[in-house]
Amino acid sequence: MRATHLGAGSARWVWLMPLCLIAALLIGASVGETRIPLATVLEVLASKLGVIDHPLSTLDEAIVWHYRLARAVVAACCGAGLAVSGVILQALLRNSLADPYLLGISAGASTGAVTVTVAGLGAGMISMSMGAFAGALAAFSFVALLAHLAGGGQGVRGAGILILAGIAGAQLFNALTAFIIAHSANAEQARGIMFWLLGNLSAVRWPDAWLAMPVAGASLAVALSQVRSLDAFAFGAESAASLGVNLRATKGLLIGTAALATAVMVAITGAIGFVGLVVPHACRLLVGVRHRRLVPATTLCGAVFMVLCDVVSRVVIPGQVLPIGVITALVGAPAFAYLMVRGRR
Amino acid sequence: MSEPAAPLLSARNVSFSASGQTLVDGVDLDVFAGETLGVIGPNGAGKSTLLRLLAGLLPPGIGEVRFEDAPLSRLSRRQIARCMALVAQQAETDERLTARDAVELGRTPWLGRLGSWRAEDTAAVDRALKAVEMGALADRPWASLSGGERQRVHIARAHAQQPQLMLLDEPTNHLDIHHQLAIVALIKALPITAVVALHDLSHALRCDRVLALLEGRVVALGTPLEVLTPALLRTLFGVEARLVDDPEGDTPLIAFNRRG
Repeated sequence: MRATHLGAGSARWVWLMPLCLIAALLIGASVGETRIPLATVLEVLASKLGVIDHPLSTLDEAIVWHYRLARAVVAACCGAGLAVSGVILQALLRNSLADPYLLGISAGASTGAVTVTVAGLGAGMISMSMGAFAGALAAFSFVALLAHLAGGGQGVRGAGILILAGIAGAQLFNALTAFIIAHSANAEQARGIMFWLLGNLSAVRWPDAWLAMPVAGASLAVALSQVRSLDAFAFGAESAASLGVNLRATKGLLIGTAALATAVMVAITGAIGFVGLVVPHACRLLVGVRHRRLVPATTLCGAVFMVLCDVVSRVVIPGQVLPIGVITALVGAPAFAYLMVRGRR
Repeated sequence: MSEPAAPLLSARNVSFSASGQTLVDGVDLDVFAGETLGVIGPNGAGKSTLLRLLAGLLPPGIGEVRFEDAPLSRLSRRQIARCMALVAQQAETDERLTARDAVELGRTPWLGRLGSWRAEDTAAVDRALKAVEMGALADRPWASLSGGERQRVHIARAHAQQPQLMLLDEPTNHLDIHHQLAIVALIKALPITAVVALHDLSHALRCDRVLALLEGRVVALGTPLEVLTPALLRTLFGVEARLVDDPEGDTPLIAFNRRG
């Protein structure tokens, strides 16, 4: 008897994963250049949530609440959003190497966000996100069209063509970004933008979290509402259609969701690579390929992964904060290589 | 065979063109409940395209396909998927699905969006696996299945969809003769209406009716013995062929000579 059918057997990790996320967030708030004891972190939290009511060191409070916790929450949302985007793209494109970064979607989002900033349409997070969304959709359309024109279909060759198209798209949009900065940005803007482009959580504060949380939550909700459709793509789009999936509506919704999640996360933190690639594959090993389990597992693992990467980026070189994209790439590039080699079979 | 008055599926003057080329040209066809209809024709005759038009996966440029008198264009994909299942050629996956996972996909049109799985879904999947004799291999990963086993899983997936009509695109392709015969016998044995594109004419002989396609047009439609005449096989495939009685069986044999 199969007891594991989409429910019973999944109970274990369903409860474990949110606990891991809470633990990761606490570690994120505690670890850093100045180490703050976990007890102090919990005190700050309790006081902020109105549970206790006695004075705390304003410095501790500022570091824990305004700086580290906001940063950890944004990192978690960012990891969740990028990981969900990865799952969606891998399922729809039937390509195990699909990832918002490798497909140039992050590069397009960067171009869009920079254009909005430089054009003076407002440097606010919302307007940057909207610009990033437009850029992300433009990049995805470009890459999808290029792969289509190059005859990319299914199988190993099609997968390769899609990734090549992604490289072309990423290069093009990165060049556009560089051109826009050189052409239109003043020196101060340029410095800020270059810093942000590398993928950085240093400037992140609570207002960013208030944007990141609903977007991450909404992408998860959309992906969860489509788990059956995501499964149905296992044997291709035609097979999904013959199983009753409305291709146009479903693809539009899911690709729009992946582009929006990527765009908003890029607008807040800059382009961070490989999260959408590594996390879903790790989760497939843990919970299998059916999306009913894979989507929630990937969301939570993505969040935990990103918070921990951020912690590592802050402590790995004493006195220096590495861009988080460096850490995710150091983990992600070998994983990419592994998937490539395994895909040869 | 006695045909009931109302067809299950009907195509009227269905045509389809792509990049200036007419692939299916003015096809009229009625499919009746319970029959197995074979579709034959040379490569590029439009067999696969016709199946996709009948399945509502391609919109006809001209004409109309109706299921139980309802135009497919007015039905949602989900409604169509509850009536008809397609077994396409060479549908493959890199996902590490088991045979059972693949069959469970057949329940997609019957599940809610959030997809609460019910006991009847498990029952339908079990029945489908049993019908294709894959119950014992249900937990085997896809990659470890042979071509014949994969094809049986695809048929089981279509079976789990509980359709009234199953459309199969050359289901015996790339299989050895043992598995070819097993698949054809399986399709015949399933209590379901089937439209099957076939490459092998000896399989067509086992269908209730045969539709012959050439350059997208219907050139013959009738019982196998009515359709598979030497004249028609010459027109379709450019070969000399005739049916000879099998001294030890009921189904005639086809003897070929290449036209020289």
